[in-house]
Amino acid sequence: MTAPTDRELREIALSREEYERAIELLGRRPNSLELGMLGAMWSEHCSYKTSKRLLRTLPSGGGAVVQGPGENAGVIDLGGSLLCCFKIESHNHPSAIEPVQGAATGVGGILRDVFAMGARPVALLDAIRFGALSDGLQRHRFARVVEGVGFYGNCIGVPTVGGETYFDQAYSGNCLVNAMCVGLATPGELVRAVAQGPGNPVLLVGADTGRDGIHGATFASVQLDEDAAERRPAVQVGNPFLEKCLMEACLELCSRQALVGLQDCGAAGLTSSLAEMAHRGGLGIELDVAMVARREQGMSPYEVMLSESQERMVMVVESGRVPEVQAVFERWQLRSDVIGRVIEEPVLRILDRSQEVAHLPLDVLVEGFLERRPEARRPDGLEDRMGHDPLAAEPAWDLREAWLHVLSSPNCGDPSWVFRQYDHQVGDDTVAGPGLDAAVLRLKDRAFGLALTVDGAHRCAGLDPRRGTEMAVAEGLRNLATVGAEPLALTNCLNFGDPDQPEVMWQLEEAVAGLAGAAKDLGLPVVSGNVSLYNDYQGEGIPPTPVIGMVGRVDVLGPPLGFGFKHPGDRIVLIGDLGTALAGSEYQRLQQGALDGPVPDLDLAAEAAAATAVQALVRTGLVSSAHDLSMGGLAVALAECCVRNGLGATVDLALPACPAERPGLHHGALFGEDPGRYLLSVPEERLAELARTCRLQGVEWRDLGAVGGDSIRLSGLVEISCAEAGAALSGAIAGRMDRF
Amino acid sequence: MTLKPVVNDPQGSVVKEALHSLGYPEVVTTRVGKYLLLELDAEDEDVAGRRVEEMCRQLLCNGVIEDFSFALAPGAG
Amino acid sequence: MRFGIAVFPGTWSERDCAHAVALAGGESTYLWHQDCDLRGIDCVILPGGFAHGDYLRAGAIARFAPLMEAVVAFANQGGLVLGICNGFQILCEAGLLPGALLRNESLQFRCQPTHLLVERARSPFLEGAAEGSRLEIPISHGEGRYYADEETLRQLNDSNRVAFRYCSPLGDVGPAHNPNGSLENIAGIVNEAGNVLGMMPHPERACEPLLGSSDGLALFTALVGGSPRLPG
Repeated sequence: MTAPTDRELREIALSREEYERAIELLGRRPNSLELGMLGAMWSEHCSYKTSKRLLRTLPSGGGAVVQGPGENAGVIDLGGSLLCCFKIESHNHPSAIEPVQGAATGVGGILRDVFAMGARPVALLDAIRFGALSDGLQRHRFARVVEGVGFYGNCIGVPTVGGETYFDQAYSGNCLVNAMCVGLATPGELVRAVAQGPGNPVLLVGADTGRDGIHGATFASVQLDEDAAERRPAVQVGNPFLEKCLMEACLELCSRQALVGLQDCGAAGLTSSLAEMAHRGGLGIELDVAMVARREQGMSPYEVMLSESQERMVMVVESGRVPEVQAVFERWQLRSDVIGRVIEEPVLRILDRSQEVAHLPLDVLVEGFLERRPEARRPDGLEDRMGHDPLAAEPAWDLREAWLHVLSSPNCGDPSWVFRQYDHQVGDDTVAGPGLDAAVLRLKDRAFGLALTVDGAHRCAGLDPRRGTEMAVAEGLRNLATVGAEPLALTNCLNFGDPDQPEVMWQLEEAVAGLAGAAKDLGLPVVSGNVSLYNDYQGEGIPPTPVIGMVGRVDVLGPPLGFGFKHPGDRIVLIGDLGTALAGSEYQRLQQGALDGPVPDLDLAAEAAAATAVQALVRTGLVSSAHDLSMGGLAVALAECCVRNGLGATVDLALPACPAERPGLHHGALFGEDPGRYLLSVPEERLAELARTCRLQGVEWRDLGAVGGDSIRLSGLVEISCAEAGAALSGAIAGRMDRF
Repeated sequence: MTLKPVVNDPQGSVVKEALHSLGYPEVVTTRVGKYLLLELDAEDEDVAGRRVEEMCRQLLCNGVIEDFSFALAPGAG
Repeated sequence: MRFGIAVFPGTWSERDCAHAVALAGGESTYLWHQDCDLRGIDCVILPGGFAHGDYLRAGAIARFAPLMEAVVAFANQGGLVLGICNGFQILCEAGLLPGALLRNESLQFRCQPTHLLVERARSPFLEGAAEGSRLEIPISHGEGRYYADEETLRQLNDSNRVAFRYCSPLGDVGPAHNPNGSLENIAGIVNEAGNVLGMMPHPERACEPLLGSSDGLALFTALVGGSPRLPG
């Protein structure tokens, strides 16, 4: 066996050091099939070799956790014999190359991760980021990604109930597509990806295996460059119809408890699915590639083992139940083939028409990789930038201009152009859908409901990744509170640039520390997640972008309050205080493009108290509406509340005049994105009760003014009409997209 | 297969506009249709032709909204 | 009144329809696409979804299912058949209703609330909804643009077979309120005998105030309370 060349190693993304290690662990040179398998399993995407030691610091246990990280998805106990299974995952690189199918197969993959646990998917959410919409290529990518998400989700019949869109030139070269799926199961239906019982048959079910995406796992682990377009074969075409049939068949078998183990085929295809299942069971698997149903002629064992053809699952079944299992797949017009069996020896043994072609110990394949500890270094100059005072400069726009600019930003505007392309009601359980602060699902036969939200890190993460990540967790908490939900658990997708750059490694370490700290302080386990590194285009990496998905429970289900003001005369209440934190705000981004100033303060205990108070106010129906403050700050939140039902407001912030050295003070108050704040509307006669509830939780609040009229008036400062604000918000995205 | 001329084809309109904006003003109409490639195991062209016509009328083409045409060519082997 | 809800591979609103039927006080059973036995049910529902992925054309393959043979025979004998969204597409492909459903004019999938004006069609399905009333019922489709040739449209209008048209909340019919470009803003039609109704909007999604609108419940309660067969 001759040694591979550097180029051959690069193709499978193995360093020479890793190659030497493989030889050392195996006691011999691996053959080319074995080398390909090692390359895939030791890739960043499969092994998490750079991030694993950091992820171990995330809190993942607790009373309600049924399954933490380590399986296809995380599972928590909702009570009432109902388990909730969920995870968020990225499909960034494929979506940059082929946005429709990249996004679609991303949705397909996350769905499989959930039903591989035996849970029926009941909701999807997507967090997507692109460059500025002024650029035609970005508009194209955005439109096609939305098309792809809709194509898959709509066809398979799982509602897309929420999401987040964000546009900034920092994402021009690398769009982000993070898809979250939530599913439900009873305890008896839950199944794990584990091989047990030597002699038990292993089946491959679903789509035929083709040459799709070979080395897609390694593709996800390298930076994009101009040749990226030629790697087009690394993106597969999704078949949501097939996956619908596959899902129904698998769920039926899980409800009958007919499976010993179930695993979906994702990155690194059969190799990783089988290796992981066997390894978890402390056993091995032997398979014959000749038994694998193929879509194309003349496929080599290498191609069969590394193919990333979509819509396939592997399962371990007791011998006696194979006919039963196959009958179910036949009913759904799907293939199911016995391709191998579980064996005692903890190896992955591959045969081709009974000739052995590969033989790898599982501890080498699954755990043999070298954990990487790239150098982490805080970038220079951050102190200076954070020491800058954004309020000290003369604002370029007056308050009115600024307000309209921020309202017209796609990051603040109405996202209905996106979500009207998603079926958000199939299943007849969507109480609150996209466009509201959090989604709420009714659970038939249960009195309680499920609340869901997905939120990306605040832009100040570019200065302080820890704070930016904490703010995403806080925002999730606030979103859930506005629908009266108590938070239960988190999932996370960490999107970063090239970790071999010390500044990026530092960002990753800081972000994980922020997430770990916030999760611990709030008592929320992180039960699942995904890491996407190397989001880098021609040397330019994305800003640190952790995305947090949060699941909560709504104990008392009713029609959603929403955030629109409802009754003229209602008092407008701010929970929290007036702020001035412009660092990382949308206003700052639009005005200067720069990112400087002290990052917003965050007090998690205060966030938790405020969330508890708002939950109670919403649950008891004391308030007429509730909204959390986020992008665009107070001015945008207020406009959103007014425009929703066309009811204006008169609000007095009682701001002092701007001091000479801080001419931007009023802009800071209007557009600062300090966390921990909500905007509620409440009938005047119930203000005293609200005061009591807030006092009980030790929560600050202030009465800002009243609902009424057809203008939004900030007394003594600025005024715009509801119509103008409405036009700005509704046109922000829709107006920039070519058609309709 | 194409949509019958009387049926509105918004996809065709959009494609035409895109061509115009790329500098091809000479495009007067665009209609978007479907192209199906069938590999048949048949005795001779007449039989194959008749069978394909049946397939079109029964399943492949919706006569309410679509027109079809087909061409046969001898395959390899 | 017993309902049979068809299930093709790719159908996904069979359970939503069963839920709606239960809310209306009826009973339902599922009918697998390969079964020909309608088991003595009184009304067939062809629900929404992407039967066979909508590959080739929506409903093109589903219409050849063994179940559909039984449904066609059932309809020809006067049995009640309700086709919702994908179900409407299947009914048109099967020839139980005239016309066809094409890709939305916007070329985008649309999921949003719509208002429907109830027209003067004679059908047991419409007994719960007064002529001229407005129903708020959501749509969710990529291929909902109704098309029929001029002759067919004339017949539909002359014989009062248009059941619903898209309209504004106040009942104004027109292109501004038409979400998909359907000819003459048609959202639903019935056959000549009135026992087969096809509609693109999803009434089963509008049966509870909790979910936004309960205007769709009237369709189901009318059937549950009504007689199984048309007279004659």
